[in-house]
Amino acid sequence: MTEFSLWDILRNLLLATRWTIVLSLVSFVGGSMVGLVLLFLRIGKGRAGQIFAKGYIELFQGTPLLMQLFLAFFGLGLLGIDVPAWLAAGLALIFWTAAFLAEIWRGCVESIARGQWEASASLGMGYLQQMRYVVLPQAFKIAIPPTVGFSVQVVKGTALTSIIGFVELSKAGTVMTNATFQPFLVYGLVALIYFALCWPLSKSSQLLERKLNVAHRNH
Amino acid sequence: MTYQFNFGWLAEYLPVLLGGIRVTVQLIVVGAVFGVALGIFCAWARALGPKWLGAIVGAYVEMIRNTPFLIQLFFIFFGLPSLGVQMDELTAANLAMIINLGAYSCEIIRAGIQATAKGQFEAGASLAMSPFQTFRHVVLLPALQRIWPALSSQIVIVMLGSSVVSQIAAEDLTFAANFIQSRNFRAFETYIVSTLIYLALSILLRQVLAWTGRMIFPRRLAR
Repeated sequence: MTEFSLWDILRNLLLATRWTIVLSLVSFVGGSMVGLVLLFLRIGKGRAGQIFAKGYIELFQGTPLLMQLFLAFFGLGLLGIDVPAWLAAGLALIFWTAAFLAEIWRGCVESIARGQWEASASLGMGYLQQMRYVVLPQAFKIAIPPTVGFSVQVVKGTALTSIIGFVELSKAGTVMTNATFQPFLVYGLVALIYFALCWPLSKSSQLLERKLNVAHRNH
Repeated sequence: MTYQFNFGWLAEYLPVLLGGIRVTVQLIVVGAVFGVALGIFCAWARALGPKWLGAIVGAYVEMIRNTPFLIQLFFIFFGLPSLGVQMDELTAANLAMIINLGAYSCEIIRAGIQATAKGQFEAGASLAMSPFQTFRHVVLLPALQRIWPALSSQIVIVMLGSSVVSQIAAEDLTFAANFIQSRNFRAFETYIVSTLIYLALSILLRQVLAWTGRMIFPRRLAR
């Protein structure tokens, strides 16, 4: 039997961490794009779009991410294609992230004071111009801290993809545990690596929020 | 598409699903009650307690909020036995949920406490209340009322997150779904059904929490 040194364990975990990072980035970027579409449907004038976006958000926020992963994994399989775990994982995480980001951003857009809409309307701006020049630039600033904060949830969400067989940090943790019989050490290390990924994001979200509050108070 | 959907298995496996629902409901009730209690204690420690206790609680909160629930669960269930702490799946699942919700609700409740006007503390002190009495009788309820919507959402999130406990073979709704699909080979339909049950549970839970809020806080918050 092979003996595993601490470095062997750590190295294997760190190698797998790459996939956690890649999947997090893909989910976050993809989720932002889908989320932006949802946002415009949700706050737009079209009735059908509003209902669709609302239903979508309700559905994805009201069901477990794990179930969404299973459905993506087995649902794509119904189409007769052999689904690799990374594809199901990526798609499910993108759609899940989109729902949350759209809802966060909607809150930011709606927090822009009514007077801003009225003032820009009185300057003869159309809906698109109001959005482009007045509302979105302000909403964007408010949206940064909660968006960064949510990215922590995305990183943690990728841990669930280990359950459908995608090999990332959590899966590597399970594999290393089975090889070394040292669950306390291995899962402790896994937790520390996740912490190292997430904590800077949490902290910068907090700092950005504080900065924003200070900026607001000066107005 | 040639695939034929088939829900004929539903009648046969209904008891299994119901058993799973029962465990999921039990998990969230225990998790919510003890998790929020732990959160209240931690929020008190961080906002008003002694500095050293606040620091320990702060570390706990940061650690939990920045690691996945799945890893916390594995650490408790697989890792702790090597320290001699052994427990069955359901206890481990309950404990993990309490610890997880405790950390999240701590931050939410702390925000509620810190939004309390300074005069409230002073008024309590001027009535000769001890700091703890002031916290218990003056500060706590309005603080909870202020953040009740945020706390409710967090409880729903933890309920949905509980689907992960199936991974340590705690027999919740997801475990039931996994069991059923391994028997009937109808994975997609099985997960559709269980997803819809989760959706119904989360809508129901939100209603229950809103109702609970109205029971605990009969009066509107003075602005």
